Amino acid sequence: MTFASTRRTFLAQGAALAALAVATPALAQDVASARALVDRLVADVNAVIASGQPEDRMIAQFAQIFQAYADAPTIARYSLGADARQATPDQLARYTQAFSNYVAEKYGRRFREFIGGQVVVEDARAVPNGIEVQTTAIFANEAPFRVDFWVSAGSGQLKFFNLIVEGVNMLLSERTEVQALLDQRGGDLERLIADLNAM
Amino acid sequence: MKPAALLIVLPALLAGCSVAPPGAEINDPYEPFNRQVHAFNKTVDQAVLRPLSRGTASVPGGFTQPVVNFSNNAGLPGAVVNNLLQADIGGAATNTLRFIVNTTVGVLGLADPAGAIGLREVEADFGATLAVWGVPEGAYLELPGFGPSTERDAAGRVVDFVLDPLDRLDWVPREMQEYSFPTKVAEQVIERGALGDTFDEILYESADSYAQARLIYLQNRRFELGETQPAEDYYFDPYEDQ
Repeated sequence: MTFASTRRTFLAQGAALAALAVATPALAQDVASARALVDRLVADVNAVIASGQPEDRMIAQFAQIFQAYADAPTIARYSLGADARQATPDQLARYTQAFSNYVAEKYGRRFREFIGGQVVVEDARAVPNGIEVQTTAIFANEAPFRVDFWVSAGSGQLKFFNLIVEGVNMLLSERTEVQALLDQRGGDLERLIADLNAM
Repeated sequence: MKPAALLIVLPALLAGCSVAPPGAEINDPYEPFNRQVHAFNKTVDQAVLRPLSRGTASVPGGFTQPVVNFSNNAGLPGAVVNNLLQADIGGAATNTLRFIVNTTVGVLGLADPAGAIGLREVEADFGATLAVWGVPEGAYLELPGFGPSTERDAAGRVVDFVLDPLDRLDWVPREMQEYSFPTKVAEQVIERGALGDTFDEILYESADSYAQARLIYLQNRRFELGETQPAEDYYFDPYEDQ
């Protein structure tokens, strides 16, 4: 390892530590508003479940809820990984649009697992990258399971940017998925955008 | 296999648990082989498991739930031993009580009256025990028929299967020992049916079902075992590189 790269690593670590130091003392107010955001989201999901509509109507409404509360551009950008840096701003905007529809539809369908159950907000706390709001999904014949939301105002608006169900992380799943989709298309982002739009 | 043989095989299995390079979240040196097993498992799922599980999913829960209950109950003695090996006395007490209540009042475990009074299973298997003892996770493995695992969990499965304490409980009706294995198989099918759409989505709709299954298994297993990463790695910040 050369001196220059050691120095760079050192500086980067210093910057990361400094960022952490600034980010850590999240205000009690931030924690409260993140919790309130998830409270509203959970109330919306529970209301749809309680409505007793046909399942495909519910799924369409879950997709709307996802779109309203999630920071889709950040999730989209993260899913592209290093490829995001090579994309033009125009490509990135079109990809974000295509990905947002795809991901809302997908997780809308996944919310269907909550039908027959109830989601309860348990706790909210400051973590290094924002606020973590912990919830429990409760079903009649099953052990309750944990669903965490990571909330941040990093986009300018308070939104959740990650969803963790019993340890399984949406951002990592979607990055794995998008990388595989890109590989199948020889890394061609234009083809991926077209195919996501067609999904 | 005699239990004694296990004492010879087990250290060899554990010595094989390779330590992941620091920073790597997925340690998969056998990927080419694992992918072949994954393709095989998918074929079996398509030909057998999925059609069967569609069948069980359409049967009313009044018929399938007793099978699941029975299988869970038959697994409790093994869980108790692992609770004890993990020094979880509370878990061992809960599971013991649960086993006694469900075996008697719950008629060989077909019903779950213990669950109704809040005595829920405190899950424990030998893979988890090895984790508590500090054995590293080892490389990722996809096992034929069983699906995603790790070197440590695969070793745990072998031990749990060979040394099932249920077989040594004399006071337990013989039917429980005899039907333990077949109901365990049936339980897999029923659970595959209950999670049908989610399962299908991962196996048949993701672009790389092998990578998805691997990621989901490892994250969920580490969560169960409380083996989380250090906070600064776990709470990565996607806003950082924008």
